[in-house]
Amino acid sequence: MTITENKPTSIIGTRLLRREDPPLLTGEAKFTNDLNIPGALHLAVLRSPFAHARIKSINVSAALKIAGVVAVYTGKDLQSTWAAPMPCAWPVTADMKNPPHFPLASDKVNYVGDGVAAVLATNETASRDALDAIDVEYEPLQAVVDLEDALSDKNVIHKDLGTNKSYTWPLLVEETPGCVEEAFKKAKYKVKERYVQQRLIPMAMEPRAIAAVPQPFGGDITLYSATQIPHILKVMTALTLGIPEQQVRVVAPSVGGGFGSKLDVYAEELLCMALARKHNTPVRWVEERSENAQATIQGRGQIQEIELAADEKGKITAVRVRIVGDMGAYLQLVTPGVPLLGAFLYAGVYDIPKAYDFSCTSVFTNLTPTDAYRGAGRPEATYAIEMAIEALAREMKIDPFELRKRNYIKKEQFPYTAFSGLTYDSGDHLLAAEKAATLTDLAGVRAQQKKQNVPGATKLLGVGMSSYFEMCGLAPSRVLASLNYSAGGWEAATVRVLPTNKVQVITGTSPHGQGHETSWAMIASEKLGVAPEDVDVLHSDTAISALGLDTYGSRSLPVGGVAIALACDKVIEKAKLIAAHQLECAAEDLQFVGGTFSVKGSPDRALPLAAIAFGAFTAHNLPDGCEPNLEAQVSYDPPNFSWPFGTHMCVVEVDTETGAVKILKYIAVDDCGNQINPLIVEGQVHGGVVQGIAQALFEEAVYDSDGNLKTSTLAEYLVPAASDVPAITTGHTITPSPTNQLGVKGIGEAGTIGAAPTVMTAIIDALSSLGVTSMAMPASPQTVWKTIQEATRGGKK
Amino acid sequence: MIPAAFDYKRASSAAEAISLVSQYGSDAKFLAGGHSLLPLMKLRLAQPAMLIDIGRVKDLSYIKDAGNHIAIGALTRHMDVETSKVLHEHAPLLSHAAGHVGDAQVRHRGTIGGSIAHADPASDLPATTLALGATYVVQGPKGQREIAAANFYKGFLESDLAADEMLVEIRVPKMQGAGWSFQKFNRRAQDWAIVGVAAWRRKGEAGVALVNMGSTPILATSVAGAIAKGASISDAAAMASNEADPQSDLNASTEYRKHLASVLVRRALEAASK
Ligand SMILES: Cc1cc2nc3c(=O)[nH]c(=O)nc-3n(C[C@H](O)[C@H](O)[C@H](O)COP(=O)(O)OP(=O)(O)OC[C@H]3O[C@@H](n4cnc5c(N)ncnc54)[C@H](O)[C@@H]3O)c2cc1C
Repeated sequence: MTITENKPTSIIGTRLLRREDPPLLTGEAKFTNDLNIPGALHLAVLRSPFAHARIKSINVSAALKIAGVVAVYTGKDLQSTWAAPMPCAWPVTADMKNPPHFPLASDKVNYVGDGVAAVLATNETASRDALDAIDVEYEPLQAVVDLEDALSDKNVIHKDLGTNKSYTWPLLVEETPGCVEEAFKKAKYKVKERYVQQRLIPMAMEPRAIAAVPQPFGGDITLYSATQIPHILKVMTALTLGIPEQQVRVVAPSVGGGFGSKLDVYAEELLCMALARKHNTPVRWVEERSENAQATIQGRGQIQEIELAADEKGKITAVRVRIVGDMGAYLQLVTPGVPLLGAFLYAGVYDIPKAYDFSCTSVFTNLTPTDAYRGAGRPEATYAIEMAIEALAREMKIDPFELRKRNYIKKEQFPYTAFSGLTYDSGDHLLAAEKAATLTDLAGVRAQQKKQNVPGATKLLGVGMSSYFEMCGLAPSRVLASLNYSAGGWEAATVRVLPTNKVQVITGTSPHGQGHETSWAMIASEKLGVAPEDVDVLHSDTAISALGLDTYGSRSLPVGGVAIALACDKVIEKAKLIAAHQLECAAEDLQFVGGTFSVKGSPDRALPLAAIAFGAFTAHNLPDGCEPNLEAQVSYDPPNFSWPFGTHMCVVEVDTETGAVKILKYIAVDDCGNQINPLIVEGQVHGGVVQGIAQALFEEAVYDSDGNLKTSTLAEYLVPAASDVPAITTGHTITPSPTNQLGVKGIGEAGTIGAAPTVMTAIIDALSSLGVTSMAMPASPQTVWKTIQEATRGGKK
Repeated sequence: MIPAAFDYKRASSAAEAISLVSQYGSDAKFLAGGHSLLPLMKLRLAQPAMLIDIGRVKDLSYIKDAGNHIAIGALTRHMDVETSKVLHEHAPLLSHAAGHVGDAQVRHRGTIGGSIAHADPASDLPATTLALGATYVVQGPKGQREIAAANFYKGFLESDLAADEMLVEIRVPKMQGAGWSFQKFNRRAQDWAIVGVAAWRRKGEAGVALVNMGSTPILATSVAGAIAKGASISDAAAMASNEADPQSDLNASTEYRKHLASVLVRRALEAASK
């Protein structure tokens, strides 16, 4: 680790307060809808109230009469505007079915929320009034809501495709042909479980907002959008609209959370751009909360079947997984790839032989499209294996922690080549799990549980756990290529030392709450020996940061942060040549410590970086062939994914009379390698854990059988507040990643991945004496109560 | 979240508000704290043509000891009800329940009068004042009249208030040291109750009202009757589930709601008996 070279200043690992917070907390930060854009027209989108219907006619004449309304467009009116359908960048198989998807539907609507008409008005109120005045005649069709129903193809949504199945993606890894089947035949213990990953609504605190500002002369256009992906958006909107890419600039101002929901190319972005060009005037749009629930992508939506085979000691000998993925009505940017991101992780943190049989079939439904949502595929996989291993422990009548210990990949086995051929670079699962057990006081809780969970008791204690491995830091471009992903996984960084020794870091990552400005400044500060406040971090504007692949998949630090460290190295290399020239010594004789170059062994012969920065600017005295200025640019493509891991535990108390679940203790032990800023790491874990608890206990996008969303406001869609979640104890083990010079791994999704199975295993543990062996998510009081009723009434035991 | 267009007038007294509402008729609505009305308007589920803002009628915001009852002005905010020393002493069940309405922001804007006039069966204060045997004072063009809480609630969001009448005062009998309990069962702290119970008990007497168990707040007279006849708490509580025919929604089926009602009534009576 070269990071320790600059020890004297060591800022890395300190709990520096986030520089992002004062402007965010005082309202100084500008979100897209805060931008003052004179003369902008307001877009409003009329949305289908039917999940599946033919559009028979649209009458816009009354809407056009409303004062302030400038124009109304239907899908047919705009059809010739699009150079291509909306993009899906992940054709997972060669024969994947992908129905054409345009910003407005023309003949048929396919989900409640599908855009039908676009209004432009001089003010927001008129645009909203116009929506009420548009008369659409629909011919309702039978909606496909249920996944099994979709699979049956009885009612095909996209008739031209001939089926509701988009693709089947298998991953069969066998040491010898047929060995999976063989293992199940020979197994001493077997379990077969079925889980439903309910649909979740990401509900970023800031809904989507857009402003497209055209330059009437020359054809340039700037898109301001509350997006996670300004760089990808630039390419995709240029292609979809047929605008030369160099004429498109995308800016993401302050962005209030995304969780994957802003990792997309949306109809409204394309509508704003197309109509801004048509009318030669800026067009803006801001999403209403219930529009956000219906027309922004949703997450999860899978039915999982998992089977484990194990020998007499409980060592897992084979894993078989069948998934049905709910794509919703259309494929958005990476919709079909989400189940694949989990496909390699259904063996979790366990050492299994090459006997792995995975297959995912994904189907269309008449529901809002799904796409990546915090963890994307990996929470689903972790949930299935962790719930299944508990089922196996029940089957074997042994302690689930003991069973995990028998199966963990051992510390000595790292770097570990998994059944899939992927290399898990580092890990120590037992250490993390034991640390979690200590923080939980597992022995004490088990003793208390014995005392408390007596027959007739109505407040039952339960302990749950989950150990996870995360495959994140979406990178190695070649591996992504092998999965048919259309883009790479590198990240770009530029580091520039200004004449006064202040530093600009330009990153291709696009933060929307993660604190990159703070963390990236810390990295540059550590490397260059300057104060963190002397480092400015520029991002999220394609005119400033021309290259980048943005922020998702816990990639920003292990890819983008490492790129910054590498760019700093390049800057230091160049500065060293200049220093050697001016100090009249050989570059090899110089050391760089605390921001100063000095000749090894004679500390008086020294030059601070400040002098070199100014010298590089004046260019008065540079070595021959050395270009002026101190700047370096790097595009970094890591050799491997990032593999954070950890164990979460929690203690719950279930009120059997009401079904209410109370989390008494929550412990998260996460290992993300070296921590740049522990304060930010804890923040990511807290937020992630709360989102996982939300899936376990609170949140679900509920649809009726006609495909109407019943949870379209925050009164029905239960995002938990601070008062509804426990205090979270965070603990860490630190196993530096050997893959990158900072020794870092991603931490953005870990909490979400660990939390849902931790809570659910605890609830089942609490109710085990009543014969409860499974529980649907979210474990609402009613669901818990009904499950108890069925277990005790039905004599399941 | 943009409401349909409306006009706005601000009243500075009850009399002015009533004369304005008589003038504009059924298109007009009073605006108190706005925390029930404005969300409905933003979703365009309510589209009044005229809003008569009574939120600044200062002389209707008070809590006074009036001998055998406490008089509360209709424009008193939930937060003032929650923190009132007079109520802590004489009607702690009401101040406690007010502390469970929504979150702090809601409690600083919402009014007890708005909550009662809105007659939402899921709201906490209608049922609580019902359990306490409150009397509501309303004022119309012809003067004031008193309505017993038990006769006030007529249906879902419907009350005995005429369109040109305004609720001006809530009179809550002093609890005289009765034991009490407020049980609010919900999934998130700031939510409306899935089922709620307001109860008080004094020797052979009890008052029990149910939140969100039907189209109106419900006075569980059979439970109180059973207690008066000397029934055990659990026997009396079991009768709660027969008091109502509650709706089924995302959070609770009819069956589960009825079950919750008896569990919560039992817990409330147990706590009130301590
Ligand atoms: C996020 C949120 C959470 C909430 N949670 C809860 C909860 O947990 N429990 C709960 O009980 N409530 C809850 N509420 C509702 C809150 O208590 C409201 O404040 C209350 O229901 C209405 O009071 P208001 O003063 O805001 O009335 P407004 O919204 O101003 O008016 C409501 C209705 O009553 C009429 N009205 C108002 N005052 C009078 C009057 N003096 N005479 C005649 N008519 C009148 C109005 O015309 C209107 O029709 C919540 C509200 C929100 C926004």
